[in-house]
Amino acid sequence: MALQASKVQVGDTYTQKLTDDLSRTQIVQYAGASGDYNPLHSDEIFTTKVAKYPTVFAHGMLTMGMTGRMVTDFVGDGRLTAYGVRFTRQVWPGDALTATAKVDAVREEDGQSLVDLSVTTVNQDGDVVVMGKATAKIDP
Amino acid sequence: MAAKKFPVEAGHIMMFARAVGDPNPIYHDAEAAADTEPGKTIAPPTFYQASAQFDPDYFLRPKIGEPWFGSGKEPTGVPPTRTGGDGGTGLHAEQRFEYFRHVSPGETLTLKTRPGKSWERQGKRGGNLKFSENITEYYDESGELVVRATGVGVRTEKVVESD
Repeated sequence: MALQASKVQVGDTYTQKLTDDLSRTQIVQYAGASGDYNPLHSDEIFTTKVAKYPTVFAHGMLTMGMTGRMVTDFVGDGRLTAYGVRFTRQVWPGDALTATAKVDAVREEDGQSLVDLSVTTVNQDGDVVVMGKATAKIDP
Repeated sequence: MAAKKFPVEAGHIMMFARAVGDPNPIYHDAEAAADTEPGKTIAPPTFYQASAQFDPDYFLRPKIGEPWFGSGKEPTGVPPTRTGGDGGTGLHAEQRFEYFRHVSPGETLTLKTRPGKSWERQGKRGGNLKFSENITEYYDESGELVVRATGVGVRTEKVVESD
């Protein structure tokens, strides 16, 4: 269901839990679906012995994709006109992630009602892992 | 992201939506999708990145019969392709999508890729940071621009610490 401009207010928020315990298998699933097989995301030996990270970590694009579910659940199917994030912190296996959209503006452009959102996903410690913006078409 | 053609397939959308943990039926159930506002299956917002599957030379996919920098029983010693080639680490710093239309299975998109801006800044933990934009535009079969994707990569001169 799409949002309605008359029922959305600046400052409104929508929050969704994305995962309680990000699995290594989900990271592998994302590698397979996206085609990004960088060993940093699935190969423990390479990641710890060669790249010297503590363990494998999620593709930034996995976190962006998971966060995208929250955004489209909020604004409705096929309504997004823009979605962008910065990857601010790595996401590790076992992380719990929660995504929130906040309404920054409700506006009209060329007769189309639009909502501008701030998008933030945090881990179990409250640290921001991605933050960005989204814009979607809404009903008048 | 240098695939020239990106055939958008229903099974691929289903697998991608599963991978990002999105159970919305519009991504896997054509009948349910018919009852939604778009009236059919559409691609999830970040699906466009999966065009890498259709790039024959994509640098983060092992190529049949060629050395791969990931490990077997032990590290291979094969130098990483592009990531870390200079001893540092390449990471994805930022990604933006602009949607002019959402695409559906059965469409074939044509990609045009070009470099965007590039800049440098001193990082707190990772030494000197070199940023560069890569812009990919996705066109439909009638030549209309449907999606513009802008990726920002950052290269650091040493491994970024986790805290």
